Amino acid sequence: MKKKFQSITNKLWAFSAVALLVIIWQTVCSLGLVDSFMLPSPIDVISALISEFPVLAEHSLVTLGEAFSGLACGIIIGFFIAVVMDRFEPVYKAFYPLIVLTQTVPTVAIAPLLVLWFGYEMMPKIILITVTTFFPITVGLLTGFKSADTDSVNLLRAMGADNSQIFRHIKLPGALPQFFSGLRISASYAVVGAVISEWLGGFAGLGVYMTRVKKAYSFDKMFAVIILISVISLLLMKLVDYLNKRFTPWERSRKK
Amino acid sequence: MSILEVNGVSKSFEDEKIITDVSLKLNEGEIVALLGMSGSGKTTLFNAVAGLTTPDSGEIMLNGESIVGVPGKVSYMLQKDLLLPYKNILDNVALPLVIRGEKKNDARKKAAELFSQFGLEGTEHKYPFQISGGMKQRAALLRTYLFSEKVALLDEPFSALDMLTKASVHEWYLDIMDKIRLSTLYITHDIDEAILLSDRIYLLTGKPASITKEIVIDEKKPRNKDFRLTEKFLDYKREIISCLDAQC
Repeated sequence: MKKKFQSITNKLWAFSAVALLVIIWQTVCSLGLVDSFMLPSPIDVISALISEFPVLAEHSLVTLGEAFSGLACGIIIGFFIAVVMDRFEPVYKAFYPLIVLTQTVPTVAIAPLLVLWFGYEMMPKIILITVTTFFPITVGLLTGFKSADTDSVNLLRAMGADNSQIFRHIKLPGALPQFFSGLRISASYAVVGAVISEWLGGFAGLGVYMTRVKKAYSFDKMFAVIILISVISLLLMKLVDYLNKRFTPWERSRKK
Repeated sequence: MSILEVNGVSKSFEDEKIITDVSLKLNEGEIVALLGMSGSGKTTLFNAVAGLTTPDSGEIMLNGESIVGVPGKVSYMLQKDLLLPYKNILDNVALPLVIRGEKKNDARKKAAELFSQFGLEGTEHKYPFQISGGMKQRAALLRTYLFSEKVALLDEPFSALDMLTKASVHEWYLDIMDKIRLSTLYITHDIDEAILLSDRIYLLTGKPASITKEIVIDEKKPRNKDFRLTEKFLDYKREIISCLDAQC
């Protein structure tokens, strides 16, 4: 009870800070300290968000579609890589540095290349999202697999279990919490990745919408779409948190 | 008739001899304690008997058949209860049957039948964190029993429990062993526990460790905790302590 109350007061603090910022922002705009076309007031942004909502919703669906397909590919590939690397030590030693290297290449840098290779359709976007999302999944799962309790593994070996049984009963369920913390990061990467890939070419999506309103200098719509993107990312992270709680019920109680 | 026989087993790690020429036997339905200080190589011996490691020399026979380096023949309960946190008690306990290749539902049914006998009724669908330390130990023992009803190796099964819980678990253990007659070889460093629970005690001492003494506890079974308070019990205790003192 006390804990719940505390969490509400914690949220209250964060909420007050945001509210304060919005009030300052509105005051600056109302007093005309900044030109209104450079910095639209919060009220302008909200009204843009409302008036543009049908269009934004349509574009959101496209972006979400890309984000989910890319994330799904990222999960599958990330899982596959983690399993192979855990099973075969030489593969881990040979390819892990290479995979880390792929993560140092900025998304924005490879996006134009992908567009040149694969055109303006879904394909390059999904590839880009896959490349950015598989890594947190792989790292999370690998850490989980490697931290499997030696005694538990020995117990199963003593029972006569083979490697695949040890994987199924010890390694995989034990790695679930780390998998979900990886997925949390990947989910937000997926949305950002989709938007970035749309900047560089495409026919629909929030990124395409963004470049359009930028060219029209509609700053209020710019802000509206930025807010929408962060709301979508937040919701996705919440969804991952929910799934995490749902699939690892034992973790919650351990923290108490 | 002896069900498990260990003959002249030695094992070294990185040129350091841990156990040397250990021989012992376990008869059907017997509870035998392996008493020694921490770090005396008891776990090394158990790992060899469980088939997790291969001894440098010596023979380990189960019912006259060599089980050197063959896991899955005798059941093994490690120091910690090692119940998997993400499985409920029923699935934890049924795990050895599933590993052996039985269908999940058959395994569950078989395991569930033994819950009341082990005093675990009502815990089937709970997770390990939801039950007490004593209950966890019971569940771990039931899992061990389902793994093999012939021979069990228990590595300090009760050492993680506090004294009061331990006393009640001891009583429960004597009672359940009387019913299931599981031939058991177990490690302990608790002299009282060894005298109370076992038919025979082997002392494992020295460096490298070997069996230096065998003591038969000649007291009828089922025993109860009052045995602890008898003169006979103290005599056994004196004998063991003097042996240990002479060795170290």
